[in-house]
Amino acid sequence: MREITLQRFAIALVIAGIVMTLLPLMVGTYTLTLLLVYGMLAMSLGLIWGFGGILCFGQAAFFGLGAYAYAIAAINFGESTVPMIIAVLVPAAFAAVLGGMMFYGRLGDVYLGVITLVVTLIFFKFMNSTAGPEYVIGTARLGGFNGIPGYQTLNVPGLPEQYIYGDSLYYVTFIALFVVYWLVNWVLQSPFGRVAVAIRENEQRASLMGYDIRARKTVLFAVGGAIAGLAGAFYANWAEIVTPGLFSLGQSAEIIIWCIVGGLGTRLGPILGAAGLAYLKFKLGQQMLIDNAVITGIILVLFVLFLPKGLVPAIEKIWRLSVGRKRGRRPARSRRGRAASHG
Amino acid sequence: MAETVLETVNLTMRFGGVTACDNVDFSLKARELRCLIGPNGAGKTTFFKCLTGLLTPTEGQVIMRGEETTNWDTHVIASEGVGIKTQVPNVLDGVSVQENIWLAARRFCSSADASRKTEEVIDRLSLSTIATSEVGRLAHGERQRVELGIVAAGDPWLVLLDEPAAGMTSDDVEQMIEIIHDMTKTAAVIIVEHDMQFIRSVATEVTVFHQGRILMEDHVDTVMSDPTVRNVYLGKKA
Amino acid sequence: MDLAAVIVVETVYAVASLILISAGLAIVFGMMKVINLAHGEFMMMGGYATITAVNLGINIYIAMLVIAPIVVGLIGLLVERLVIRHLYGRLVDTMLATWGLSLFFVGIVTMIFGNTTTGISTPIPGISIGDYQINGYNFFIVIISILLVLLIYFVLKGTRLGLIARGTMQRSDMAAALGYSPDRIYMATFFVGSALSGLAGAVLAPLVGLVPSSGGAYIAKAFITVISGGPSVIAGLISSGGFFGVVNQFFTFAISPVVGEVALLVSAVILLRLLPQGVTGRFLKGKL
Repeated sequence: MREITLQRFAIALVIAGIVMTLLPLMVGTYTLTLLLVYGMLAMSLGLIWGFGGILCFGQAAFFGLGAYAYAIAAINFGESTVPMIIAVLVPAAFAAVLGGMMFYGRLGDVYLGVITLVVTLIFFKFMNSTAGPEYVIGTARLGGFNGIPGYQTLNVPGLPEQYIYGDSLYYVTFIALFVVYWLVNWVLQSPFGRVAVAIRENEQRASLMGYDIRARKTVLFAVGGAIAGLAGAFYANWAEIVTPGLFSLGQSAEIIIWCIVGGLGTRLGPILGAAGLAYLKFKLGQQMLIDNAVITGIILVLFVLFLPKGLVPAIEKIWRLSVGRKRGRRPARSRRGRAASHG
Repeated sequence: MAETVLETVNLTMRFGGVTACDNVDFSLKARELRCLIGPNGAGKTTFFKCLTGLLTPTEGQVIMRGEETTNWDTHVIASEGVGIKTQVPNVLDGVSVQENIWLAARRFCSSADASRKTEEVIDRLSLSTIATSEVGRLAHGERQRVELGIVAAGDPWLVLLDEPAAGMTSDDVEQMIEIIHDMTKTAAVIIVEHDMQFIRSVATEVTVFHQGRILMEDHVDTVMSDPTVRNVYLGKKA
Repeated sequence: MDLAAVIVVETVYAVASLILISAGLAIVFGMMKVINLAHGEFMMMGGYATITAVNLGINIYIAMLVIAPIVVGLIGLLVERLVIRHLYGRLVDTMLATWGLSLFFVGIVTMIFGNTTTGISTPIPGISIGDYQINGYNFFIVIISILLVLLIYFVLKGTRLGLIARGTMQRSDMAAALGYSPDRIYMATFFVGSALSGLAGAVLAPLVGLVPSSGGAYIAKAFITVISGGPSVIAGLISSGGFFGVVNQFFTFAISPVVGEVALLVSAVILLRLLPQGVTGRFLKGKL
């Protein structure tokens, strides 16, 4: 594990600064902001799945929950700072409860998949059915399938009249992604992160070492929920409307695809996978010849079959071979969770 | 006289109609080395799993250093300073040897101390040539040794080893025995084994299991010459 | 009294349709330990196959009971050869790949049939119970489900094929040891499972407005019914289908259809938390 040094951080800061300024020259900031939001969302699953071995089929639930929590809080408070915090805390708390229930119940991979998927569906069905006036939280109506529009969007803390939108929203989102990325790096480098990897590698060995895997997985799951929630809050600010579609299975599927394509067990892979695929989808959406789903579907199948470790490790490998550096860490095998043969 | 560190009282484990452990009363003193032997299906491994919290016994108690641990989870028992090695090599395949041992040490001390401890263990177990290798790529014997390193890294006062010599070459076994003897300087050690060759070379006190009960307990030489044991053990083999 | 009769009929129907939509998935899962997340799309394609055949002037019953299963079975065969067989033993990878397939099929069907609702009318008229009107077609679905369960039972219990199948379910290496190629058994199983999915989709088609994304409505229910049922195919299907059907209808009549759906999902989460091995992992062990 490479150390986070001041030097490395400084280099990353410079690179990020350059990328942040150059990107808007190629793609509009409106599209870019969405790509960044998806990058953050992918990072949340990349963390718990790639480094904790927890495959969540319903990461969209935390994303949607964050977006809804933000919208509802923003209507009630009329400013954005507290709602942003709430949008992180609510999904994190929910993930902690759900994760605790699953991990303390010692559920296998498949059952974890079913439960997370079903929970997402519950949100989807429930939110769709909240059109009536009786579904109100504070002064915010849930609005059923029409969703919630017209809430206060991001403003400068303490100044509710000073909106952050357009280009500024892009810069704020970029900085937020950068900060979260380094926080995730820091977590992975800490003993907590290293134990998480130990649990991914071999749960029994980790518990024979004396680690309480249930508690640790629950905490990691909650951290993932918090990041997905933050991504949801930024999404809500970008879209200016939240709808039950955020909880759809298609959304959950996409997050998983981003992680696989980018590369599991890498830190940058999921972010790049998300941004790349979302951009591809955006471009494809402009042509009518081939349906979008066909391409997404084929990409997922091909990657599972031929490049299950994703692009970033593959590129790293090619890079290493061409540069001729022999030593280096090889990404672990069977990162994708062990088959629950006991299931 | 050394104090008793591990004790079981009427330990019984039933699976449906099968009684794998039947009223086992067992005790072990500090820094003692003991082998559990017996033919296949004698209940050794079940007994071992009850000690480590991998199974919860149907009846009876497990007492460690005066505290009842019968219903404790594995990770709690392990974090009390019990080093455990299961039958199949149970290591973290995707990370380096160093990382494996560091993670084991880290449970009991700070990160800096863990790094120091890791170096010490790698040195003591002659793992330095493979310290940065990924464990999944190592040979079977090396993986077994890494797992012993994991066990040693926690400075345990009790070490439980389930068939540590399985599938190893004779050179590996010799080295293993040396490491185990080294461990007994600070810890009581239980070895579950059915390879008589191995037990002879360890040369120690032996507990013989048969049909879920303790048949006899004595020094390995006495046990090996005992007609009942020969009958149970070798008679079945022949 | 009339209401009670309606509730009974609706509940039986709910159970029957759960069993119907889960049967194909259950067989594939039980035999191969493969979760086919494109199951819903297989059903959707069964529906489209039926509608296309009917529009071509083929009798609706032949379209539903013969053509749709064969068409979808063949698609399944193709999928098994091209994708699934490379992933045996990798449960999670199979789930991901079949999820990709499900997106693929939604896209393909959208390109062929367009993203509009199509449908055919039910071939059986409604029946009145007192003041209430019941869809006569519901009885047809109940009968089909019962016949399906009986068929699976007799094939598994009474035929040589069933014997091999049961052997494979217990231990996949047994079939090989007995001289049967597991590769071919798996291929046949996936064909049968897909055909049953197609049949279910076809039979349900007259009740729903069909769109390319219809599969999504089935997969979650089928998925939880099969997983909650546990390792035994028939006992699992009947017990978990029965449980979820009753829960669903109870809350539907007591509160509303949406609450019924949500109650079904919530009860699935609770059930799996209490019985992580599924119903037949705990009870009814060793039954078919």
